[in-house]
Amino acid sequence: MQEGIPQKMDSLDRVVKPKTKRAKRFLENRAPKLTENTKNAMFIKGGNASSTVTDALKDIYALKKPFAVLYKKKNVTRPFEDQTSLEFFSKKSDCSLFLFGSHNKKRPNNLVIGRMYDYHVLDMVELGIEKFVRLRDLKNSKCPEGTKPMLIFAGDAFDLSENHRRLKSLLIDFFRGPTVPSVRLAGLEHVLHFTAVDEKIYMRSYKVLLKKSGCKIPRIELEDMGPSLDLVIRRTHLASDDLYKLSLKQPKALKPKKKKNISHDAFGTKYGRIHMQKQDLDKLQTRKMKGLKKRPAEMKTGNEHSPKKAKLG
Amino acid sequence: MASLYVEELLARAEEREAETLRSVTVHKELDLEFDAGNLLAVDKNPVARAVAREGAAREDLLRVLARDNTQLLVGQLWALPSERAEGGSGPVVVKLPEPSTRLPREKPLPKPRPLTRWEQFARLKGIRPTRKKRGTLVWDEAAKEWRRRWGYRRAGADPKRDWALEVPEGADPLEDQFAKRRQEKRERVARNEFNRLRNLARAHRGAAPELHPTGHQDRAELGRATAVARLATASRGRFQPRLPKEPPVAKSPGGGKKRHFGPVLGDLEGEKKRQLELVRSLNAKKPPLDLTRAVNKQLRQEDAEAAAGKAKGKKRGQRGKRGRRQQQRPGGGGGAKGKKSGGAARRGSQGGPGRIGGKRKKK
Repeated sequence: MQEGIPQKMDSLDRVVKPKTKRAKRFLENRAPKLTENTKNAMFIKGGNASSTVTDALKDIYALKKPFAVLYKKKNVTRPFEDQTSLEFFSKKSDCSLFLFGSHNKKRPNNLVIGRMYDYHVLDMVELGIEKFVRLRDLKNSKCPEGTKPMLIFAGDAFDLSENHRRLKSLLIDFFRGPTVPSVRLAGLEHVLHFTAVDEKIYMRSYKVLLKKSGCKIPRIELEDMGPSLDLVIRRTHLASDDLYKLSLKQPKALKPKKKKNISHDAFGTKYGRIHMQKQDLDKLQTRKMKGLKKRPAEMKTGNEHSPKKAKLG
Repeated sequence: MASLYVEELLARAEEREAETLRSVTVHKELDLEFDAGNLLAVDKNPVARAVAREGAAREDLLRVLARDNTQLLVGQLWALPSERAEGGSGPVVVKLPEPSTRLPREKPLPKPRPLTRWEQFARLKGIRPTRKKRGTLVWDEAAKEWRRRWGYRRAGADPKRDWALEVPEGADPLEDQFAKRRQEKRERVARNEFNRLRNLARAHRGAAPELHPTGHQDRAELGRATAVARLATASRGRFQPRLPKEPPVAKSPGGGKKRHFGPVLGDLEGEKKRQLELVRSLNAKKPPLDLTRAVNKQLRQEDAEAAAGKAKGKKRGQRGKRGRRQQQRPGGGGGAKGKKSGGAARRGSQGGPGRIGGKRKKK
């Protein structure tokens, strides 16, 4: 089951070459890249899933949509015990984010949110749903599909423990969508607000209404859009420090090249360092006077340039 | 009276302005942290404890908190440099900075391509590629259009489409030249593929397999990794115990055969056979055939021949050039040049331009 795609496939390191241009393109698209594509998310239902969990998966899928895959069938697997099937799915659909939903007596309404690195589970956090309001329960207007949300994290709890810190990073990674160079101001319609109080996480999704305020910045009003979830952190599986560090590694080619001899101080003032060669003071042109003029005999020995010029002329 | 009115108006305007500002300003104990590239804000202020309590009050509290935070984030975003999209006719867009939050990559960094045998050699000797990277398209003079350098509908006359072929001088007239050319092409392709695979194998041979930190690797790779790790002891793995189900490995550390001395007494028959075999191999005129060596030798020879053929072509070109250069030089050295061009003429028609030039000079 694991051998769906051979491991370690670099674009040029392949013994059997792709036969068609299309196959080549497909493989190149999956190969490691310098600037990566937007992470895709897969939504997987466990062996048993309550309607709450199923709806939660569907609603979050709707928020995530162009960069997501919803698995329709049940998959009897337990991510915290055996990650192989998740890794297989990740490889199969080229997704590095996942949300797994299940429901049992011991852990009712369970969501496992996680991310992958190199098709292996990096971080995984188990969240229990305590309260859930569906997208369709609220009869307000919704935002269009594929809107890049504004993400807001509130509460000091997000910085207190390593679990919370990783969860915050994971949620940013999960919901941020594509990295864009510019954004339309009127298109900022969606806010995802995460509030942490102790072990509880309140996830709220609002539609933004931009009201006239009389000045340049508009006044913001929010309208509940759904889905809203009250979550509680259960088990966690975090990557070891060196693996996490490895995954954070940035390619050298993308780092901005340091410009020589240019520096900035704390106030942002630009300084340039200029290297000058030592000036030859003997050849310095001083004030021209008849008395300081060189004699014809000196001219012949001292200055090499003038006789040459004479020759040319 | 009028001045009073003005003052009143000014005060009213100021009040209104303050009110509008109040509607968009939010006061926070600790400033928020923003990452505009990700449209992200982090509010580190502690949340009111009332949020933890059940009820409608929680929703209101959360909405107020979210509104304030969004207002601050929107303030940040609106302050970014903005422009109209599509050259001034589109909607207002702001340029976002690079995301500052560091997030894990999806896949590891792309590995650099391992050097081929030639590239390695060239680097060692400091040989720089003289030829610049060639584009795929070239101008086809006959067809008057840009065409691919190789493959289907390539530029120049496609050798596949020739309907007649010249029989070279000294060749068997009954030999099928088309078949010969096909055969040559097939061989070139095969050799290229062979060399590619050899380069791949060479790139893989040296490196020990990496152990993945998450520990999920395929069996063969793990086996190779353990075989390498087994040798990483002071005694080169000699006293390393075997795991219960581990397959037997080569006894000597290098993986090679270990030399065994036979018993001094006993197996006379075997000894006689061995000695005879040795004498026979010493007497034999032909050395025993080593297949890999033979194949490599053959390939090298062919490469050398091909290189020699290329070099010949180059020389001809140079000679032609020299001839042209001499043509421009006024007088002198005509006799010596004539001799040289004669040599070229003997070899074929390549010395043509030089000779023609010589004649012209005599006029």
